[in-house]
Amino acid sequence: LKYFFTEQQEMVRSLARRVAEEKILPRRAELDETEEFPWDIIREMAAADLFRVFIPEKYDGLGGGGLDLCLVVEELSRACSGVAICYAATALGAIPIIEWGTDAQKQKCLPDIAAGKRLTGFALTESGAGSDAAAIRAQAVKDAGGYSLTGTKQFITNGGEAEIYTVIAITDRSKGIRGASAFIVEKGAEGFSFGKKEKKMGIRASATRELVFKNCRIPAENLLGREGFGFIITMKTLDRSRPGVAAQALGIAQGALEAAVDYSSQRQQFGHPISSIQAVQHILANMATDVEAARALLYAACRSIDAGSKDFTEDSAMAKVFASDVAMRVTTDAAQVFGGAGYMRDYPVEKMMRDAKITQIYEGANQVLRNAIALDLLKRKGRRQ
Amino acid sequence: VNFLVCIKQVPGTTQVKIDPKTNTLVREGVAAIINPFDTYAIEEGVRLKERAGGTCTVITMGPPQADAALKEAVTVGADNAILISDRAFAGSDTWATAQVLAAAVSKFKGFDLVICGRQSIDGDTGQVAPELAEKLGLPFVSYVSKVEEIKPGFIRVRRMVDDGHEVVECPLPAVISVTKEINTPRLPSLRGMMKAKSFKPVVWTNSDLNIPSGKVGVSGSATRVVKIFFPERTRKSEMITGTPEEQVEKLIGKLREAKVV
Repeated sequence: LKYFFTEQQEMVRSLARRVAEEKILPRRAELDETEEFPWDIIREMAAADLFRVFIPEKYDGLGGGGLDLCLVVEELSRACSGVAICYAATALGAIPIIEWGTDAQKQKCLPDIAAGKRLTGFALTESGAGSDAAAIRAQAVKDAGGYSLTGTKQFITNGGEAEIYTVIAITDRSKGIRGASAFIVEKGAEGFSFGKKEKKMGIRASATRELVFKNCRIPAENLLGREGFGFIITMKTLDRSRPGVAAQALGIAQGALEAAVDYSSQRQQFGHPISSIQAVQHILANMATDVEAARALLYAACRSIDAGSKDFTEDSAMAKVFASDVAMRVTTDAAQVFGGAGYMRDYPVEKMMRDAKITQIYEGANQVLRNAIALDLLKRKGRRQ
Repeated sequence: VNFLVCIKQVPGTTQVKIDPKTNTLVREGVAAIINPFDTYAIEEGVRLKERAGGTCTVITMGPPQADAALKEAVTVGADNAILISDRAFAGSDTWATAQVLAAAVSKFKGFDLVICGRQSIDGDTGQVAPELAEKLGLPFVSYVSKVEEIKPGFIRVRRMVDDGHEVVECPLPAVISVTKEINTPRLPSLRGMMKAKSFKPVVWTNSDLNIPSGKVGVSGSATRVVKIFFPERTRKSEMITGTPEEQVEKLIGKLREAKVV
C-alpha cells in the first residue's frame, strides 16, 4: 500500500531507517545480551535530529505530528525495539510538558529534549497501581514554596537514564482520582533516587527502574497544569502516546516478516527452498496481511489525531491493541518459519518474539483498552437511542 | 578559523566503463556520489568548525549536476557551497583542475585551511591536493589521520607514513589531505536535509575566475589519456590437494621453489 507521506515525513522516515540499519542493527544482538543502555546510539539519533521530530518548532523542534513520530518509532523498532523505546519513552515523557506546560516550563525542558541532551520518562505505575491507575499511593504534600513528594514508582522506562520525569502523585486524597496532580521532577532533586534496574524478557537494551521519592522537594513552578489535573493529564497523555506503542509493535512485526521471508527463500528442505511449500507461503501471506492492516489502522489513527480530532481514545486504543496482537502473532509465526533456528539466539526472531510481548502489556494492557473501546462503542449506541 | 573542503563527484561504482573513443569515463546510467575519501574531508571540516568556530565551505568543480554533491554536504553540516562549472573546464587533468581550484580558493577570501580527501576513487591519482597547495604557494601535509591542535595561524597534525606516523606543525593558511582513519562521517541531520532542500550553491564560471583559456580544460592539461585498459590476468592458480599435512608440505616446497621463503 502507498501512504502518500509529506516530503518531511519521507525525509524523517528515510533518515530513521538509515540510523536503524547503520547504527542499531549491527549492535542489537550485543545490546540484547549485555542489557547495556545504548547511549552512543542515542547520541547518533540526537545528531540526526530525530528527537526534534516531536517537539514544536518554537522550542527548537521540527513540529512534526504523531505520524512523524510513529514513522521514526516504526523504523527504529524494525531493527531493535529495545533501542526504539528509549526514544519513544522520551516522547511519552515530553507529551505532558508539550500539552500542559507553561511557556517557562517548555523553555526549560523542550529545547534540551529536542537536542537529545536530556531524555525523559513518564511515572505513573506503582506496585499497587497498574491497570487500576486510580490506586496510586505516591503523595505530594504542599508546603512553603512547593511540594514534598513521597512514594515509589515502578517499571519506569528510561528510569535512571532520563533527567526529566513527569510524575503523577496525589495532592488531595479526599478527592479520590480528582486529587491527583502531575509534576516535572528532575534527576538530582533532593530526596529522589533510583531503585534496582529490572531484568526483562525483552526490550533489554532499554532501562526500567524504580523511582524512589523520600520527601523529595518539588518547587511550585514544576506543577503541570493545576492541582487535580493529574488523572486527566495521564489519560490524555496515554491516548496520545499509544500510537507510539502501536508503531513499536508494527516495526517489530515488519522486521519479523522480512526475516521470515528471507530465511524461507534460503532454507532448503526436500530439495527446494521452504518458501516453495504452500503451507509456508500461507503463513507468510497471513503475516504480511496482518502487518499491512496494522499499519493502515495506525496511520489512519495518527492522521485523524494530527488533523485535530478531539476524542481519539478509541482510535488510539484500537491501533495499539491491534498492532500489538499482530506483533505477537507475526513474531511467533516467524519463529515457526525459522524452525529450530528460530529458537536459537543466533537468529533475531526469538528476540523479536520476546520484544513483542511487552507491547500487549504496557501503556494500557490490551484487555483494559478493549474495555475503553467497548465503552465508547456502547456510549454511542446509548446516544443514538 | 574558516575551512574550505574540496570535493569531487564520482560514479558510484568501482565497475567504471571507459568510452573506447574518447578514453574518458562513461557516466551515463551510473549514479553519482561524493568521492568516498572526500566524505572524511567534509566531516573533518565540519568537526573543526564545531571545535574551533568559523565556517565550513565546500567547493567542487564539475557539471551543473554536481550541485547534488554540494547539497549532500549541506545535509551533514557544511555552511556554504560553491560550484565551479564552465564548459571551458571540461576535460581538465589534475594539473588543470588544480589550476581552477587554486583560482577559486584565492577568490574565496579569508580561509585558513583547505581540506581534501587523499585521492578520488575514479582517477585515483592523489595529485590534485598537492598541486593545489603548490599553485597557492601554501604548505601541504598529506595523509593526515588526526588534527591534534588548531588555532588561528597554527595547526598540528598527525600524518600516516609507511612505518608509523609523523607529527607535523605548520602555519596557516595551509592545505591538507586526509585519510579515512581521521573520523567516521556522520549521518545527515533532519535540519541539514531541510536546509539542503532549497539550497542553491554559489556558481562560479570562468568569467568569475578569469583563467586564460590555454591553462584549463583539455588544452591546459599537461597529460593526455592515450589508452585505458584492464590489465590482462596473468595470475595462475593451482589447487593443492591431499591431507592437511601433505598440503602444508607441498605448499612449503612451492614457496621455497619460488624463493619466497
